[in-house]
Amino acid sequence: MQSLMNAELKRINTMSRKLLLEKAHVEGIRHYDVYRREGGYRSVEKALKMQPNDIVEEVKKSGLRGRGGAGFPTGMKWSFLAKPDGVPRYLVCNADESEPGTFKDRYLMEFIPHILIEGMIVASYALGSNNSYIYIRGEYDWITDILEEAIAEAKQNGWLGKNIQGSGFDCEMYVQRGAGAYICGEETALLESLEGKRGNPRIKPPFPAIKGLWGCPTVVNNVETLAAVVPIINEGAEEYAKIGIGKSTGTKLISACGNINKPGIYEIDMTISVEEFIYSDEYCGGIPNGKKLKACIPGGSSVPILPANLLLTTAKGEKRLMNYESLSDGGFATGSMMGSGGFIVLDEDQCIVKHTYTLARFYRHESCGQCSPCREGTGWMEKILLSIEKGKGKMSDIDLLWDIQRKIEGNTICPLGDAAAWPVAAAIRHFRDEFEWHVNNPDKCLTENFGLRHYADPIHVPV
Amino acid sequence: MIQFKEASLIKVKEIIARYPPGKQKSALLPVLHLAQVEFGGWLDVPVMDYVASILNIEPIEVYEVASFYSMYNLKPVGKHVFEVCQTGPCMLNGSDNIIDYIKQKLNIGVGETTIDGMFTLKTVECLGACGYAPMMQLGKIYREHLTKEKVDAIIDECRAKAN
Repeated sequence: MQSLMNAELKRINTMSRKLLLEKAHVEGIRHYDVYRREGGYRSVEKALKMQPNDIVEEVKKSGLRGRGGAGFPTGMKWSFLAKPDGVPRYLVCNADESEPGTFKDRYLMEFIPHILIEGMIVASYALGSNNSYIYIRGEYDWITDILEEAIAEAKQNGWLGKNIQGSGFDCEMYVQRGAGAYICGEETALLESLEGKRGNPRIKPPFPAIKGLWGCPTVVNNVETLAAVVPIINEGAEEYAKIGIGKSTGTKLISACGNINKPGIYEIDMTISVEEFIYSDEYCGGIPNGKKLKACIPGGSSVPILPANLLLTTAKGEKRLMNYESLSDGGFATGSMMGSGGFIVLDEDQCIVKHTYTLARFYRHESCGQCSPCREGTGWMEKILLSIEKGKGKMSDIDLLWDIQRKIEGNTICPLGDAAAWPVAAAIRHFRDEFEWHVNNPDKCLTENFGLRHYADPIHVPV
Repeated sequence: MIQFKEASLIKVKEIIARYPPGKQKSALLPVLHLAQVEFGGWLDVPVMDYVASILNIEPIEVYEVASFYSMYNLKPVGKHVFEVCQTGPCMLNGSDNIIDYIKQKLNIGVGETTIDGMFTLKTVECLGACGYAPMMQLGKIYREHLTKEKVDAIIDECRAKAN
């Protein structure tokens, strides 16, 4: 793990504009003394001199959007928080990172835990939360220890506890481990779990901002979102908003994985092209063994997969960029989504049917079972995909798959249903001939792959 | 009789104190983690009943939670549990081969435990290590960039610990 860390830190050190990982290469940054020496906790000092509402306004002005996947404006989410007299309010950090392809929050918490704690103190002050919780996925057991140690250090140095830095503001922070359930990344399921129950999402409204943890007003934010509050307060919302493009302000952590030379975490400003991100040595470093790009899921397993040609260029013929707007250009017909920034690359030898099957199995495993379309539909999709993958599929199965995913999407309490439907829909939309090839070649598909075919051809640009 | 060690009881109290009065049920997940470590790596019914009693909740409230989350074992497992990820990004990097290799090496199927009670093989869905695939969880930590050689070394390491 140590050698991995060194190699990765060296790489991060050579990259362009960084706000979150700027100090990631500093020896000992995991610990308070070094973190403080490097300018840590300045944002808390600054924030405690501000009015809480001014901090909310500042975050609004920064244009920061939720980094967990939905991309909802953070400042707006904060401004929705109800403030009835005599009722406690809560900040909960969503550290349940479970979207396949995503491992960025883990990186932040493991190597720079204090940046999360710092961001959370500022957010707690802005929102009036005196008890804030970090809900971390149960498997990140060792990271729980790292966070608890960092919280203890912060407390010893007067950044948590009673009357923080003489401001009169009290704040305690606790880490709660989940126990293995993707669904707990959905904010209302997370709150159920934090209350000691099964992770069954709640019906909204009421939204957590009105009725959240133990029925009290609650804000739930992703790890990266809360960490981003630190540079916003330090540098000011205007400076932060200057980075990036359009409504994609600031920097974004991308978890890059799959068939690339340099998998890992990259902090990008959202102006670079997808092509540069995949092929430049500064980032993914291209595809191993000189293979060609076949497809990519740019924002975590739930977002639509795109064939190489549509990934690199939009249907309008423009270079596709690594930001919210450009990645979703063309809607689901020809585009995808930024999502959580889980960037999964597939080379020419990968099988779309098999890959989609593993994702369908994932969603079947993770469906909480509350809503029939998701509970039953995910299981059917998994079984049908497996039979096509094993050369036992019928041509009508492809239409059946399409029909099932249509019946799941939009018909469930929480977005897990959509998340399960989209990968299947996009795979059929863009790679239907590969599914048909499996059906028509039941023996051949067991020993060889469909390959690249036309997926990397230049796309037709409508006049 | 099932009873947490003194140190664990102190820990349980500490956990309950994180929540407002009357919300001690929130301690259920962390306390089940403690119980699983202390009482043999799985949650037998009497253990769950004991947890219910110390949190002052009904046993059914514990069962329904224990059966929901994948990290709680509801039947005995081996001393070392190999939890190998098989989701998309790990599959792209050869997790199938790693699972097959472990099966063959330990002579067990997925979900089974070796006769000596030493190893259990489980397949799991995405553990958030996609850039370091293939991988497995072993106890508290992750083992990443797995190869057949690394699997051999891990098995030897586990056996050495037992001696």
